[in-house]
Amino acid sequence: MGLLDKQFAKEGIVVSSLEDLLNWSRLSSLWQVGFGLACCAIEMMATSASHYDFDRFGVIPRNSPRQADIIIISGTVTLKMATRIKRIYEQMADPKYVISMGSCSNCGGPYWEHGYHVLKGVDRVIPVDVYVPGCPPRPEALLEGLLKLQEKIRNESLVKKTV
Amino acid sequence: MAFKTEHMTLNMGPQHPSTHGVLRLELELEGEIIKAVKPHIGYLHRCFEKHAEAMTYPQVIPYTDRMDYLSSIYNEFGYAVAVEKLLGIQVPERVEYIRVIMGELQRIASHLVAIGTYGLDIGAFTPFLFCFIDREKILSLFEMTCGARLLYNYIWVGGLSHDLHPDFIRSAKEFVTYFRPKVKDLNNLLTYNKIFIDRTANVGILPLETAINYGISGPNLRASGFEWDIRKDDTYSVYNKFNFDIPVGKGLQGTVGDCWDRYYVRILEIEESLKIIEQALKQIPEGDVTSAIPKRIKPPVGQVYSRVENPRGELGYFIISNGTPNPFRVKVKGPSFVHLGIMNELCKGHMVADVIAILGSIDIVLGEVDR
Amino acid sequence: MKNIQEIFSILKEKLGDFVLELTSSQPFEPFITISPLKINEVCLFLRDNEDLKFDSLVCLSGVDDANGKTIKDENGDNKIEGGTLSVYYHLESTKFRHKVVLKVSAARENPEVSSVALIWHHADWHEREAYDLVGINFLNHPDLRRILMPYDWEAGHPLRKDYKNPEFYQGMKVPY
Repeated sequence: MGLLDKQFAKEGIVVSSLEDLLNWSRLSSLWQVGFGLACCAIEMMATSASHYDFDRFGVIPRNSPRQADIIIISGTVTLKMATRIKRIYEQMADPKYVISMGSCSNCGGPYWEHGYHVLKGVDRVIPVDVYVPGCPPRPEALLEGLLKLQEKIRNESLVKKTV
Repeated sequence: MAFKTEHMTLNMGPQHPSTHGVLRLELELEGEIIKAVKPHIGYLHRCFEKHAEAMTYPQVIPYTDRMDYLSSIYNEFGYAVAVEKLLGIQVPERVEYIRVIMGELQRIASHLVAIGTYGLDIGAFTPFLFCFIDREKILSLFEMTCGARLLYNYIWVGGLSHDLHPDFIRSAKEFVTYFRPKVKDLNNLLTYNKIFIDRTANVGILPLETAINYGISGPNLRASGFEWDIRKDDTYSVYNKFNFDIPVGKGLQGTVGDCWDRYYVRILEIEESLKIIEQALKQIPEGDVTSAIPKRIKPPVGQVYSRVENPRGELGYFIISNGTPNPFRVKVKGPSFVHLGIMNELCKGHMVADVIAILGSIDIVLGEVDR
Repeated sequence: MKNIQEIFSILKEKLGDFVLELTSSQPFEPFITISPLKINEVCLFLRDNEDLKFDSLVCLSGVDDANGKTIKDENGDNKIEGGTLSVYYHLESTKFRHKVVLKVSAARENPEVSSVALIWHHADWHEREAYDLVGINFLNHPDLRRILMPYDWEAGHPLRKDYKNPEFYQGMKVPY
């Protein structure tokens, strides 16, 4: 179908479906809750800085979970922190998405065997949409994770298809 | 008619834009003035010491990286020096010079993050972007050598994992020439900025006696006027072959030991690190970097405490060995853990906004506080 | 600047009963053993004496010596009985630049050591950590409670050699 914004350049009139319009506007400005836990947070900060620039995808950090669309769990989730993550996730308004960045939040990471205080994967407390592997993932990997999330949003539908 | 007053408790929770990680501060306030600060930590406790008891000596190195993730080379350096003392082995000179060059590059990268995020906390966005661009150049030097940007697994017990890339020395010299004038840019932007000085001078003054009693070390101790640097006073590796000064806080914009002093000592240390890197690049000898790495590490029964100068302070490793290939006990004394204990002393009597300025000037990393 | 032999003789002379022995046979560090309930008096003397002036505590570590007998308890897990838990103190003087290492050992069943938190404030959080992870009780500490583990952690002290992980904590599964 092509991106809606390219079609504007030609004549000034575009015909599309409401779902495509809403999905396109939602995926172009995903605001994230500033949530960095450990080493992956430094790579997330480097992604927001000017070399790799998150802002050109429309992602800006917001301080409060009530004003955000996505939360990027970057770093190790410990048992003490897991209850707080659940509380912040529940405060976000629908539709909301979760990107799990790094091995520690995917599945416990290098601390899987003897970590008595590490939660083996953040999907034990909240539902996750995209997993980005790496320890820590490069900024390019995080950008690809974001693009995959945008793919997922593009294919969402307001109405459940019956046929 | 008298007013009835009581103290209010305000929670700066684990998720907060300015707490440098997952730290919870419980503030007890009387209006806007702080009466007490109670830090709650442990939100990033990743059981490093239990892992060290279960792995063999070389397998512990990737875990030491992840403790203070902004200066990983120094964590590995400290651990390798401690185990080499226990084994009694001597590494080749080329290895020592490369370790010093990497360590000082890492010190500059870590101070750039400290300065950039401190500006961000105070309210200035541009220094953050400038610092991160220069840091990317240092990270690409590391990537050229060992393949990783942040957590390297490069310094092994007895040597290094790879030798230098043939282009490394030329690129490092270019970086030093490029970066020297940038420090002046940073000074114009942030250090002598009137708003920054108003927010940080005469705030959070740390007297020298209190600092020594609380165990403060590194740039925070030097800002209070005491010239103490482990690279000179308890020297390790080949630091005794280089000429460099130890910057000390002098209270140029306020009092000795305030937040501005702690920030300015870090700027001056960047200059000194550039001096050390230049001298080391000129004097580096040839040699084989993997020749002294032992095949199997089994130290004799005994214990050692050895320390290095982290960008944040004194990083100490206390290793007890019982003759087996796994360490019996590894205790890490991280400088950020010690420095966070002084928050209550420093913040009493200040306003809520000053807590952010003081916390940023101490420069903590939560991975090292919680291990 | 004094070496450890001289410091040991000064201590033996002034506080003889509390100072036990000097071990220097193992590499790399020699250490002086002190009795556990009198460590605060020895440390106060070391800090204030004009010739010694140990004004800086460098490190304080709790260690599970694991030198007791290993038996099997009712669930079939290994449990250690008897033996000791130790605390190591590394002290330094910023004036004279000399260092010393002290060690105290307490019985595993009821480990009690006097606190030095009021002598050097640096020891405050280190002692809380030793209590949290190894289980050593510090007498007269101003605020002894857990610091790294959650405040309601019931399953014991994690750095002991016979520690076993719980299955669930607040509804979350703990093992992999």
